[in-house]
Amino acid sequence: MDRLPRWADLALVPFVSLALAAVLSALVIIAIGQNPWEAITVMVEGSLMNAYGWGYTLYYATSFIFTGLAVTVAFHAGLFNIGGEGQAQLGGLGVALACLYIPWPHWSLALIGAAVGAAVFGAAWAAIPAYLQAKRGSHIVITTIMFNYIAGSLMIFMLVDILRPPGKMDPATASFPPEMHLPSFNEIPGLNAIFDTGVPANVTFFIALIMAVVVWALLWRTRLGYQIRAFGKSEPAARYAGINPVRIVMIAMLISGGLAGLMAINNVMGEAERLLGNSASGAGFIGIAVALMGRNHPLGVVLAAILFGFLFQGGAELGLWTKIPIELRTVVQGLVILFTGALDMMVRMLLVRIFALFRSNRMEAV
Amino acid sequence: MDVGVIFPILNTTIAFATPLLLACIAGLYSERSGVFDIGLEGKMLVGAMCAGAVAFYTGSAWLGALAAIAGSLVFALIHGVTSITFRGNQLIAGVALNFLASGMTVLVAQYLFGQGGRTPPLEGAARFNPITLPFADALKEVPVIGAFYHDVISGQRILVYAAFAIVALTWWVLYRTRFGLRLRAVGENPAAVDTAGVSVKGLRFSAVMITGVLCGLAGAYMATALQAGFGKEMTAGRGYIALAALIFAKWRPIQAMYACLLFGFFQALALRPDVVESVVQFKVPVPFLDALPYILTVLVLAGFVGKAIPPRAGGEPYVKER
Repeated sequence: MDRLPRWADLALVPFVSLALAAVLSALVIIAIGQNPWEAITVMVEGSLMNAYGWGYTLYYATSFIFTGLAVTVAFHAGLFNIGGEGQAQLGGLGVALACLYIPWPHWSLALIGAAVGAAVFGAAWAAIPAYLQAKRGSHIVITTIMFNYIAGSLMIFMLVDILRPPGKMDPATASFPPEMHLPSFNEIPGLNAIFDTGVPANVTFFIALIMAVVVWALLWRTRLGYQIRAFGKSEPAARYAGINPVRIVMIAMLISGGLAGLMAINNVMGEAERLLGNSASGAGFIGIAVALMGRNHPLGVVLAAILFGFLFQGGAELGLWTKIPIELRTVVQGLVILFTGALDMMVRMLLVRIFALFRSNRMEAV
Repeated sequence: MDVGVIFPILNTTIAFATPLLLACIAGLYSERSGVFDIGLEGKMLVGAMCAGAVAFYTGSAWLGALAAIAGSLVFALIHGVTSITFRGNQLIAGVALNFLASGMTVLVAQYLFGQGGRTPPLEGAARFNPITLPFADALKEVPVIGAFYHDVISGQRILVYAAFAIVALTWWVLYRTRFGLRLRAVGENPAAVDTAGVSVKGLRFSAVMITGVLCGLAGAYMATALQAGFGKEMTAGRGYIALAALIFAKWRPIQAMYACLLFGFFQALALRPDVVESVVQFKVPVPFLDALPYILTVLVLAGFVGKAIPPRAGGEPYVKER
């Protein structure tokens, strides 16, 4: 098969995949008797045309940057971490414990403490599947799926039997002390000129951006990152070059789990300000779509995360204002994963053929 | 602890084990042919929605089951085209199809019925109803065995008996037929099968289609037998428990049956925490029982309970030209 030009590989392939997913989504909307144009208008107006909408779009994007980076780091080591959902839930537990049981004097210190808690708990939840993959050769995909369900049960147990305040009915922790409140965009000087109403997007958005830069630097500017990528490209070659496979699998998965866990500082600490059941609410899985769409590059992940933030906020608006159910989001998510992740080869074959057509035409012209 | 408590739990065990068993055997065909399928959950869900909708319109559970098979086959076909024809990543395809199923079922059910993504409740012939086996009433008074026959074995729905028959059939197909030999071979060493002049793609496609049929049946059982209609996300992770059972059983049919019965037993126990408490003498959290199938599977994967080795060529698309 001919190779595609670099620009086509980097930009055109994801764009065509996305376009295919969009066209199919539009067909789905038509099939259920609704108007796709109206749908996209509602989505854009509700998520991108005012500060309030952006406040939600960027709030969702923040979570997706974390989970997308988590999937990305694992992907580069040749590991498919589907466990982001469970790791993010455990991260939520870490945040809750840090916020409820340690009397932080100021939100900034609390944020650091909670972030450490989130990352450590997320990483710990990834550690067992990582160990089983590295030492026992059990498939990471299967173990991380199992750990998602075990995490779900563990969280129900923790919230119902352990952390629920006495006398309360709903399975959730007590609210965090008010000192732990993270500044939202409408409370940050400068930004509050744009965001004049309360929005959930908060300072953790900037932490997410910093983490994207850190992940980029780690993967492409450090020895460890080189080892991770070498291992992901070819395990035998990496082994031959003296790279310890157990070490790389463990480190890559711990970083991945830590990043997924970090998501909790956005949704648990930044928004809900207490730990609720099913706290990650699917963001761990969206990380898969975000990483695939972002071509496993931090910059791509940030862009894809904002796109999915738009899809999430826009989808919620659809549920409110149209007859299109909110579950359309899940359909689009599935289509994006299908086209960017699994049917990558089909899109490539298609493009290679089109390029070949152009080339032969040019030959004839000469 | 008397049979008055045990038999109803065992009855529920069989009822709960059936969808797991159908999905598990479904996965067995696909994975034995070398195509990993983590999309069992999605195909079950699609089957359940199709069965619920068609059974409601036609009033026939059988037509519902046919629709379930058809719906599930469409998803199996997408999985096949993606991972066999276009050699895409089978795991990613499975994840994608699960999301697609989760969203599409609600969209379609909401479009058809406008009840928040449910199908209307089914009754009468639109459901598979319990069947009383021959002599069940006559043998009822026979201590233990007769009562067991009457309370546990009899009174299940036709798909339950079908599921157990399918286990036997699968064993026979897998180990006693030419197709079965080739199926196992193509999952271990597709190049050898190809050299022998048998189509790798053909075998894998037929396996994936069988997976579709059985997942459809599992979904039909959920919507028209176990429950009376389709509800949003009604499979609730059963496709993944089935996957866990498949690994637990090390990709073998008879063992898969035992694994599904065991996991069905845990699900039945989760409904009766009082019984569990009276047996083990301390309070066992219900979430722990829910998580037990997954925990056991991780233990198996860890190699503490024998080693689970998947089909060698699993997950890898076959490239003919070398």
